[in-house]
Amino acid sequence: MLLEVRDLHVEFHTRDGVAKAVNGVNYSVAEGETLAVLGESGSGKSVTAQAVMGILDMPPGKISSGEILFKDQDLLKLKGEERRKIRGQEMAMIFQDALSSLNPVLSVGEQIGELFTVHRGMSRKDAKAKAVELMDRVRIPAAKERVGQYPHQFSGGMRQRIMIAMALALEPSLIIADEPTTALDVTVQAQVMDLLAELQRELNMGLILITHDLGVVADVADKIAVMYAGRIVETSPVHEIYKAPAHPYTKGLLQSIPRLDQKGQELYAIKGLPPNLLRIPPGCAFNPRCPMAQDVCRTDVPPLAQVSETRQSACHFWKETLDAR
Amino acid sequence: MPEPQPYDPAIAGTGAGGAMDLAISEGSSLDGGPGGLPKDPSEKARSLWSDALRDLRRNPVFIISGLIILFLLIISLWPSLITSGNPLKADLSKAQQGSSPGHPFGYDPQGRDVYTRVVYGTRTSVTVGVCATLGVAIVGSFLGALAGFFGGWWDSILSRISDIFFGIPVVLGGLVFLSVVTGSTVWPVIGFMILLGWPQIARIARGSVITVKQNDFVQAARALGASNSRMMLRHVAPNAVAPVIVVATIALGTYISLEATLSYLGVGLKEPAVSWGIDISAASNYMRNAPHMVLYPAGALALTVLAFIMLGDAVRDALDPKLR
Ligand SMILES: Nc1ncnc2c1ncn2[C@@H]1O[C@H](COP(=O)(O)OP(=O)(O)OP(=O)(O)O)[C@@H](O)[C@H]1O
Ligand code: SF4
Ligand SMILES: [Mg+2]
Repeated sequence: MLLEVRDLHVEFHTRDGVAKAVNGVNYSVAEGETLAVLGESGSGKSVTAQAVMGILDMPPGKISSGEILFKDQDLLKLKGEERRKIRGQEMAMIFQDALSSLNPVLSVGEQIGELFTVHRGMSRKDAKAKAVELMDRVRIPAAKERVGQYPHQFSGGMRQRIMIAMALALEPSLIIADEPTTALDVTVQAQVMDLLAELQRELNMGLILITHDLGVVADVADKIAVMYAGRIVETSPVHEIYKAPAHPYTKGLLQSIPRLDQKGQELYAIKGLPPNLLRIPPGCAFNPRCPMAQDVCRTDVPPLAQVSETRQSACHFWKETLDAR
Repeated sequence: MPEPQPYDPAIAGTGAGGAMDLAISEGSSLDGGPGGLPKDPSEKARSLWSDALRDLRRNPVFIISGLIILFLLIISLWPSLITSGNPLKADLSKAQQGSSPGHPFGYDPQGRDVYTRVVYGTRTSVTVGVCATLGVAIVGSFLGALAGFFGGWWDSILSRISDIFFGIPVVLGGLVFLSVVTGSTVWPVIGFMILLGWPQIARIARGSVITVKQNDFVQAARALGASNSRMMLRHVAPNAVAPVIVVATIALGTYISLEATLSYLGVGLKEPAVSWGIDISAASNYMRNAPHMVLYPAGALALTVLAFIMLGDAVRDALDPKLR
């Protein structure tokens, strides 16, 4: 397994108290595999990703327990400098907003090239040639002419391609893309997503794709992990989950996708709000919003149960949920 | 956490219809010219700094203050360009006399040529202003940037220390400090200004670094394996330096007037140093009978301070719209 996150807990010590942002996340990605991480805003998707990358703000953040195994090595046991060497070379991250993720005072060529001067000790000239090569590879037209331009001179889609070029520059084995297309115009989203998926296949990288877009997930992901209140509530191969969700929350998410055959009908929405992370309800965190909740849900935390060889669900009533369809 | 960007009709509405949008490749529909080349060749390689420079060149306030400052710099380096006199040469028989041929500003209470002394006084003022500002900027931005970048206990200690320094009244502090650390050169005065001035820049630098540090590109750089020093020097500092430059430029004028004030009070520079403050002080007793002895150095001081404050304003205007 390329990456295996085991029982990860992250909390933020704030003025109002301890916000438990991640409460036992388990997921894994193999080489060449795409894991989609789904969940409402605030469910801890980005925080988990930051913990894996080692770019969590500490303080206020704190990894209170868990393991992050990358190529069988626990990253949390590494020293700062060893960890830093892994970033960029072995794993890289693509952020949501490419404009703010690029340094406004450096040309894109300098920013891409910097990776080669820092990690590979290349000369500036060679690094620039590499930058042009990468910009070509992510299909930025006229790369040679544009390599000296600044981020604000590119369109949103082009900037996201530049981010992708930077993330892929050193051919890492794991890429985390945190909502890489959310900030883009709809027509461009598909192009950027296709490019990312294509490069991933070419380089046989593991990809963690954090997204709200269930449509994208169906196209590119192999597996899905659904997060709620800092926990993985369901993991499953992508097709099975669409056919039959094993967790009421997943079911709610799937029902809230607009579908062509339901045109005109009111769109389903999960009632209620995500829990306050300072006061996560006892038992199953989803119980105040769950249509299937029973007494046991308000007292006992459901364990992540093995639904099949490849599927897990953290619900006391996963069997009933599966059967209910 | 980054919010999804608001829907932007200017971008979304580029094509005539949905099908058109899909047909046009992104590079050409959003970037203008064919092949994704920039629409306007002059737009090439525009950055914050080149934008600011262009704004400055169009700003009359900058041009006027810049010319005055250039002139002041030149005559403080080479005063003999515009005067052949000696600022120390005294002729008591001419004391307090008014303007005469070859001596346009008249004589001071000791019979020295006021014009020559005003010209040589420029050197003192400019030296103090520039050195104090450089010192304050270097010390202040270094300490402030460290506090902002690393936070934690270092930040707390630094904030408390700068609070203490902020509590010290400048003139009173100067009176005490300079009656202990004395000397006839400009260095004790400059040293005092750096000692008292750095917290101002440190605060600005700290705030600016904290703001820049929260930018996604700093986290992105970290995610790509940049070291602390590289993030600080390459990604944070260049984006955080603008407010420091603005405040330092404006402060330069303040340091010049502070030197004059301290010299006026008798603790700054002392004879035989040539300083506008000393001359204003010596001449102020004769204000009624021979006002020229006060007015010329005071006018030079006012003009110099004004020029630097105007420059600071122009620089702020040029950099501010992008800072927000
Ligand atoms: N630096 C921080 N300090 C305090 N709390 C934080 C910090 N970063 C994240 N959090 C908290 O952690 C929780 C999880 O945030 P996270 O960004 O992981 O959500 P997310 O699932 O990525 O949501 P979104 O879909 O909006 O990106 C949030 O409630 C947030 O307030
Ligand atoms: S454990 Fe209970 S409350 Fe939680 S999802 Fe399952 S049925 Fe709903
Ligand atoms: Mg997020």
